[in-house]
Amino acid sequence: MSLLLQILLAFATLSLLAIGGANAVLPEMHRLLVEVHGWMDDATFSQLFALAQAAPGPNILAASVMGWHIAGPAGMAAATLGMLAPAAVLAWVMGGLTERLAGARWLKPAQFGLVPVAVGLIAASGVIMAGAAGTGWLSWAIIAASTLFVWRTGFSPLWVLAGGGVLGLLLL
Amino acid sequence: MSPPAGPPGLLPLGLAYLRIGLTGFGGVNAWARQLLVEEKGWLTEQDYAETLGVAQVLPGPNALNCAIGVGARFHGAAGAAVCGLALFAGPMALLMGIAALYDAYGDLPWVRAVLTGIAAAAAGMVLGTAVKMAQKLRPGLPLLLVGLGALGMALARVPLPAVVLGLAPFGLLAAWWGLRR
Repeated sequence: MSLLLQILLAFATLSLLAIGGANAVLPEMHRLLVEVHGWMDDATFSQLFALAQAAPGPNILAASVMGWHIAGPAGMAAATLGMLAPAAVLAWVMGGLTERLAGARWLKPAQFGLVPVAVGLIAASGVIMAGAAGTGWLSWAIIAASTLFVWRTGFSPLWVLAGGGVLGLLLL
Repeated sequence: MSPPAGPPGLLPLGLAYLRIGLTGFGGVNAWARQLLVEEKGWLTEQDYAETLGVAQVLPGPNALNCAIGVGARFHGAAGAAVCGLALFAGPMALLMGIAALYDAYGDLPWVRAVLTGIAAAAAGMVLGTAVKMAQKLRPGLPLLLVGLGALGMALARVPLPAVVLGLAPFGLLAAWWGLRR
């Protein structure tokens, strides 16, 4: 199977499972890209994800950056297409039903019931990212400070990313 | 908040989503609401909340699902395609530049140092977000167990389809039970 097809399929399996956005599929992305396929190492994975977080636009574009790293522009196209197309088609099909869905009795339980799954997956993403990024006492200090900042304050997380970059430049 | 205006044309709609994509640092939905509801008045608060609610239940990126819902509402398939593509066009172009720079300069020591710092901050950001979300939910015991189950299974490297399909029924059951009381 060609590399591009493998990339397309890897991300397409993520697409329909991405309840709760990019952060929730991160553990599976890590499992597939780093452990199953061996396309990149831990450090590269966490840096590419961080780049996508720091850039504007939907965070799901982390998939595109990783596709580029694996196989250049064609890899980027394959990863983006795989990540977005299946979900987009489903959203389009269901979109016609929006008005009926909005009043449906099962919608509220569905929203409430899937949120804890998403939050659990996001927490797992954080733990996996921390394991990949925590290379010394300084990076662990940055991780702890950034966790507290995002948890306890309402400021934009971009400040944290910028601060992390500056500290890394000065001290690492 | 202005009263709902007439339906937007395809071009203004596309331009609006181009702007949403490029301004939406760290999550697009807040920006989309601000522009579509408050600034343009194309949707009422209720319309937007309903579209977002459905977008969140559907799999895939919420922002994309929402764009497709909004586009389809005004211009059918063409609207959905225009809004979806416009949302991603700007950030994609930018990310191509970033990815090319990473390939060219990613091995320089000072670049690695900066990126390691950003990656550590991003890890903390994801952790902090999870804590914040869990705190806001204040889940009862059943939902808490579902969340902890997802965390444990993901860390144990259980494939995601098994996690989602295995836990969703319990989540739905717990939520249904919680809402009934």
